[in-house]
Amino acid sequence: MSSPVGTRGTDYEMVVERGKIAEFAAAMQSENPAYAGPGAVAPPTFLISSALWAPEGAAVDHGFDRRRLLHGEQEFTFHGPPPRAGQTLKVSEQVVDRYEKPGKKGGMMRFAVVVTEYRGEDGTLVAEARKTLIETAPRAGAS
Amino acid sequence: MTAQTPVQVGEKAEARDYGPLTTRMFVRYAGASGDFNPMHYDDTLARAAGYPSVFSQGMHSAALLASFAVDWLGAENIRRFTVRFREQVWPDDVLTCSGEITAVSPNEGGLLVTAELSATRQTGGVAVSASADFLVPVLPLT
Repeated sequence: MSSPVGTRGTDYEMVVERGKIAEFAAAMQSENPAYAGPGAVAPPTFLISSALWAPEGAAVDHGFDRRRLLHGEQEFTFHGPPPRAGQTLKVSEQVVDRYEKPGKKGGMMRFAVVVTEYRGEDGTLVAEARKTLIETAPRAGAS
Repeated sequence: MTAQTPVQVGEKAEARDYGPLTTRMFVRYAGASGDFNPMHYDDTLARAAGYPSVFSQGMHSAALLASFAVDWLGAENIRRFTVRFREQVWPDDVLTCSGEITAVSPNEGGLLVTAELSATRQTGGVAVSASADFLVPVLPLT
């Protein structure tokens, strides 16, 4: 079942951890000192790892065929300095848009836009992630 | 970065190469991010699915481009990072990251600097492109 526009996933908690930031910084081949130490800052795309904190069923269902699924665009917006190690964030995701476009080789391409909100313990919106998923048109003749 | 030195539209960062990329790097990113799609580390499975080999996570290339961008304009200064995925990235690829400042406007707390960034494969094809905003603090002149 694909979640219609407006569907919210289950809220969950993410703890921004110093060790996880160090691991992420190593994967991005960064030696930036801002990513080390007790006050380590979250890198620009770090919040993608919140998926590791999501309990079963917390994610909204894009409903797309995984074999035709593409990640089209990803945006992170910070409403102030990026989060730091030690912060606890409340995470919730929501389907905000769905649309279709004709594919180049016929058929319809389907799009879904999912926004994930990251709030501080006082409810302040700290950051948002916006993900555009694409399901390419089914091949002609394919069932 | 602080804006003691002028930040101007048209200013370019010194380009930086990442790579040659290895499957080991894709595995490291999988662990860091939690994206365990096997197409990025299981070569047998990737070939069975019709790919020539495993390939990098789009978000892995995005993370390398982010790494390049923050070393230029400041890790704490990041306010927006938007990436578009264009071409797949394969083992042995070298990604050249480059960036240019396209807008600067005074803002509360400093200068809001917009940069356009790209990670280009050795073939000349753009793997990921990005647009980013940084709030660069302005230090008083002493």
